[in-house]
Amino acid sequence: MEVTRTKVEGSDLRVRQMKAQQLLRGELEGEDLEREVEQRLLFTKFEEAQNWARKNALFPLGFGLACCAIEMITVIGSPRNDLSRFGAEVIRFSPRQADLLILSGRVSIKMAPIIRRLYEQMLEPKWVIAMGVCSSSAGMFNNYAVVQGADKFLPVDIYVPGCPPRPEALIYGIMKLQDQIAGDPAMGWRERYRAYGTEESPDGVDVA
Amino acid sequence: MPDATGLELIAQRVRERIGEDAVTGTVFHRRRATLDVAPGSVRDVIAYFRDEDDEPWERLMSLHGVDYLPEEPRLGVHYELLSMERTDRLNVRTRVTAEDPHVPTVVDLHPTADFQEREVYDMFGVVFDGHPDMRRILMPEDYEGYPQRRDFPIGGEPVIYTFNEPKLPRWYD
Amino acid sequence: MTEPLQVPYRARERSVTMEPMGEEHDELLTINIGPHHPATHGVLRLLTTLEGETVRDVKPIIGYVHTGIEKSCEDHQYWKVIPFVERMDYLSYYFNAMAFCMAVERLLDEEVPERAQWLRVIHLELNRVASHLFWIATGALDLGAITMLWWGCRDRDLALDLFEMSGGQRFHTRYFQVGGVVEDIPPGFEEMTRKFVKTMRARIPQYLNLLDKNEIWLQRTKNTGVVPVERLLELGVTGPLLRAAGHPWDLRKATPYSGYENFDFKVPVGTVGDNYDRFRVRIDEMTESLDIVEQALDGLPEGPYITTNRKVALPPRHELATSMEALIHHFKLVTEGFRVPPGEAYAAIESPRGELGCFVRADGSAKPARVHMRDPSFVNLQALPDMARDNLLADFIACVAMLDPILGGVDR
Repeated sequence: MEVTRTKVEGSDLRVRQMKAQQLLRGELEGEDLEREVEQRLLFTKFEEAQNWARKNALFPLGFGLACCAIEMITVIGSPRNDLSRFGAEVIRFSPRQADLLILSGRVSIKMAPIIRRLYEQMLEPKWVIAMGVCSSSAGMFNNYAVVQGADKFLPVDIYVPGCPPRPEALIYGIMKLQDQIAGDPAMGWRERYRAYGTEESPDGVDVA
Repeated sequence: MPDATGLELIAQRVRERIGEDAVTGTVFHRRRATLDVAPGSVRDVIAYFRDEDDEPWERLMSLHGVDYLPEEPRLGVHYELLSMERTDRLNVRTRVTAEDPHVPTVVDLHPTADFQEREVYDMFGVVFDGHPDMRRILMPEDYEGYPQRRDFPIGGEPVIYTFNEPKLPRWYD
Repeated sequence: MTEPLQVPYRARERSVTMEPMGEEHDELLTINIGPHHPATHGVLRLLTTLEGETVRDVKPIIGYVHTGIEKSCEDHQYWKVIPFVERMDYLSYYFNAMAFCMAVERLLDEEVPERAQWLRVIHLELNRVASHLFWIATGALDLGAITMLWWGCRDRDLALDLFEMSGGQRFHTRYFQVGGVVEDIPPGFEEMTRKFVKTMRARIPQYLNLLDKNEIWLQRTKNTGVVPVERLLELGVTGPLLRAAGHPWDLRKATPYSGYENFDFKVPVGTVGDNYDRFRVRIDEMTESLDIVEQALDGLPEGPYITTNRKVALPPRHELATSMEALIHHFKLVTEGFRVPPGEAYAAIESPRGELGCFVRADGSAKPARVHMRDPSFVNLQALPDMARDNLLADFIACVAMLDPILGGVDR
């Protein structure tokens, strides 16, 4: 595609505004119209635009369990590794308002039903990052008190290894999740993972 | 830490005050003084150390359980006493069997023992008679078994290597 | 059409009383705060009984991050236990490792060389500064002063850079070993630490400038959550909570360990015991820790950084090529581990939250028979009902923030 750059004469911003107004009203003709369309419009699919918006505005659920939570707070709160570059600095503590669950820390057997409840309360589409080895696979705690990996009761999208993972590693995981969101059509999570059979109510509908 | 002779003097004073069979032994190892006490008189001994001894130990710093399997009696409860005046520590220890694991509580003498006795009950099964709220604290309420006993299995999953991978059932089987 | 009631403005105002609602409610409401809640202190569940806005009783329910660390420790060799034990009180990891190593060294009757002791002190005090920085970052976040979150995390990153230089990792570095430290500090560590100390000394007055003169902060923390000293002592509370109430008990001064008697530092003590005193005590502790770090760097002695007893510590790599005994020791230590003669030991140190004690029982084999940490947060949490009783809910949140519980240590 040929991209030609021509200097807009006059005061730039004002002229651009006027041209945009005229374009929207349908008042441009001929060469003006061609140039405006080339420079201003982008054609894409609706799903792609939707996924682009979703991935750049993730709302993490403020949920921290153990040592990885501290690294997560460092990612969000430290000026050195800043999560707002990726649009994800809005931490919502209510699961109804969040769409990303970062499971940071070891999942004990007493906590697992609660996390499951929280996950089911989140609205579609939702994603889960298992941060650290303890939530990915119980890490070093191969014992009676830790659930051996969060994927035993939750579908996990991204596993970030490390004990605890460096903030850069978590950011890399979030970027990989963004790539996943851009590529994946947003289905309900039960269709995405073919995860039927674990609903709470007998009609096949989740209660929460 | 009281030294070995100091420990013997303490044991003597406790025997005189509480009873001959209250103290079942003393251990002095690596500068740590341990007084072995019979389970029934633990409360009296702790109260004596807090109030009446000439060199009182007023603070209970830690209350924890130990499983001495295979030595009998199996379950031990340790009381770490601290004296802030003399910056001195003493350890009082009782041993109970798993068949009759009852020890009188010290929660009215030292309120700090509240959570700690519940933890010993949760992990070892030692019941503290007189505790206002004897239930599990760390494990879920309906958990069965006492995890930190030595014969409780450690749990978890077997680690998958190449030699045992075909033999372990996977979730898709 | 009737005219609306024309009451003059001043008369309307007079009919409204500004007295607090006080004792008019007689209905108790028990609600559940947590385990997932906006206060970022880990998974603590609080069953609160409220009467209006006043808290009448609170029951902490814990166990949501119980990891069975103590049971796992019985299954691993002594040097493998150190990473487990570090993850208990996950904000002050060096302290956990220090307590365990001290207990095992007592059982082995092992002398730690002086350079190792001073290196340990440097890392412990840096960790104390980092822990208090994180505490003020999240504590101020709970109370609404969000700028402290950015500042605290920014400065904490500098301290974690130092840990990365010496230990290879920002967190849980496994730097302390039984008998000393695992490796000497690299060149450049001293210079960066001095720069860090200088930076922090300039930044702590900035924090006080932000918070200490802020009317909202003062109103929220002054005279809230007061517990008398005797009650704190009965509950076994130690650390900054006890010192804020006026009792000057600090294990670094009372029973000095690992060379603390060589350093000249003060122990900040409060007067009233309210949340403001707890806040000031911890901030001043940070300043004292920086003094200790600087004194330790000035006087760091030369010598080995780990004990030379080859039965306990690994021999240096270059000896493996020349000496047969070193090879055999290396082999035995790596495969089986060192054996500890039977006995019991309890070692107590002063962690940022209070007295951290480690009880180790050894039965002669290469694995410990029982490891128990007397965690300060577990015992300090018992003071929460006393702090919260008859206070408003907002003050209760300030109490939780100033109590500084770390649920990893509480649940182990």
